[in-house]
Amino acid sequence: MLQDILVTGLVNGGVYALLAIGFSLIFGVARIVNIAHTAFYMLAAYCFYTLLTRTGLGFLLSGLISVGAVTLLSMLCYRLVIEPVREHESAVLIATIALALVFQELMLFIFGGNFLGIPSTLEGGMRLFGVSIPYQRLLILAVAAAMLALVWFVLYHTRLGLAIRATANDLEVANLMGMNVNRVAMATVALSVALASVAGVVVAPVFVVDPFMWLAPLVTMLAIVVLGGLGSLKGSLIGALIIGYVEAITVFTVPAGAYLKGAVALLIMVIVLLVRPEGLFGVVFEEER
Amino acid sequence: MYWLRRAWAEIRNDVFVLPSRTLALAWVIGLLLLPAVYSDAYVLRILTMTCIFAIFAASWDLLAGYTGQVNFGHALFFGAGAYTSALLSLKLGLSPWLTLPAGAAVATLFGFVVGYLCLRLRGSYLSLATLAFPLIALGLLFAFPDFSGGELGISGLRRLAATPTGNYYIAAISMLVIVFALWLVADSNFGIVLHAIRDDEVAARASGINTPRYKLAVFGISAAAAGFAGALFAHYLRVAGPSTLEVALSFQVVIWGIFGGVATIYGPVAAVFILYPLTEWLGSFKAFGELRLLIFAVVVLLVLLFMPRGLAPWMRDKAETLCPRCKQRNIFYRKVCRLCGAGLKAHASQSKVAGAQRLVGHQ
Repeated sequence: MLQDILVTGLVNGGVYALLAIGFSLIFGVARIVNIAHTAFYMLAAYCFYTLLTRTGLGFLLSGLISVGAVTLLSMLCYRLVIEPVREHESAVLIATIALALVFQELMLFIFGGNFLGIPSTLEGGMRLFGVSIPYQRLLILAVAAAMLALVWFVLYHTRLGLAIRATANDLEVANLMGMNVNRVAMATVALSVALASVAGVVVAPVFVVDPFMWLAPLVTMLAIVVLGGLGSLKGSLIGALIIGYVEAITVFTVPAGAYLKGAVALLIMVIVLLVRPEGLFGVVFEEER
Repeated sequence: MYWLRRAWAEIRNDVFVLPSRTLALAWVIGLLLLPAVYSDAYVLRILTMTCIFAIFAASWDLLAGYTGQVNFGHALFFGAGAYTSALLSLKLGLSPWLTLPAGAAVATLFGFVVGYLCLRLRGSYLSLATLAFPLIALGLLFAFPDFSGGELGISGLRRLAATPTGNYYIAAISMLVIVFALWLVADSNFGIVLHAIRDDEVAARASGINTPRYKLAVFGISAAAAGFAGALFAHYLRVAGPSTLEVALSFQVVIWGIFGGVATIYGPVAAVFILYPLTEWLGSFKAFGELRLLIFAVVVLLVLLFMPRGLAPWMRDKAETLCPRCKQRNIFYRKVCRLCGAGLKAHASQSKVAGAQRLVGHQ
């Protein structure tokens, strides 16, 4: 059981980290609380399913196409829906909720409400320390690690990353230094949605695909981001691992744990907030007027 | 006869001069007289639900719009009211008239607890933290199905009145009373303090306002109204299920609130009265039944793009102008203020800018 907990926690934590880091990035740079973030993850899973079962493209090709398509879609949505209402914080919030609902209903309309299964990308598994790990889960872990490394590289070793970090640090000064803040925000949206859609593509063969699959990870992701500190990437990564393990422990040790896993994760978030309101690694933003 | 003429003069001078007041009066009279004119059970059912949700939306607005505590888990209070009144009336056999206030009381308690826990949080942190509470409650409900009925909820409650018309009047009158009470609260000195807390909490505290106490109080009031709505909902549908705690309901109230216009009370109520019957009506068509939520979301998006402050303030700005000297509202075609005689046209654009700066939360 201990090994089960270790492996499940690590894999789930990796997926959550992909989602949470993207969300955190968008919030840090553009102050957008993107409720539709996991809706893009759902869209990527559907896109992957369609390409894989209808067109017969390979796993790799359909995965890449779905990530690209969903990222393009997110940039379009940002341009058309979010940017015109950027100054109104509450309007951005409701716009992202409405976007998520639109995607959910479209998928419900096109594919129906039934659960769709995707064949595994990799068959078989291996035994490690007496616990069997399917290759699919190892793939998730590897992809998550690779993507995280990629994000780290982009953020800390490219000019775009410098611009993103500067904008997150102080939007107005970054603007005064000649950065096109809107374009930086758009690049951030693309980067973070790309992360979410990668998560959607690698997760799709393990979970089932349905139009409501965005709600549960949304809540967990919010818990992680608040736990780690809004806008802090390190916090999101560590928060994702914490929540991943807490959920695994709850599911494997507590009776009726599957119902309680969300509640326990959220409870931890609330406790952390009470003790340390800015989250584990949160930066205390000075008064933003 | 004198009093009658006096009342008529009052109404003509104070109500009919402004389109918004005329509309509000017509709305109240229409609500109260509707069953006498047109008592189709289906229409009454939709309107009863609309009234219940209007209470809920107005209570969210007091908390989120006025005080800036944008609550993403308002369904917690609704669900607390619904489940409390359902459990009390089924397990203890209390009359619905007792369980309604009991539901509101328990919801108030939840409001104090959530408010206490969230005192140190602000802005997006508060929104995301409050989102957690109804989900924790939902997890607990599913983990103890013997007590809560699990997925199915608690069914078999008694209705408040036997006829649809009776139920309608109970919902409509409690809606009018609660909404006007909330509006009075928001318009009083207490409401001004709430505005101050939203715009700048530090400055409010520096001016000697005990902001934690005000925030707790407003959490309590808002939760009480939402809990009352939840209890009404449970008794009307005769079931209190997990749907009263879902994220969807919390998001729904956020959509109503922002669609109608925050920090107005009447905005969210108007939004519920427009959006809820609209979605039900769309749902009644075969072709649109599946697309109902899609159309709903698209309508909300379009309204946001063209009037980001919400529907009600936008319409009010079109129909009325603010007098630059005495800050009283005037109907849009007047050239001089009806009260102080100052010219209106020159300052129209200025007052619009002042209005646009009223946003929720701190920027």
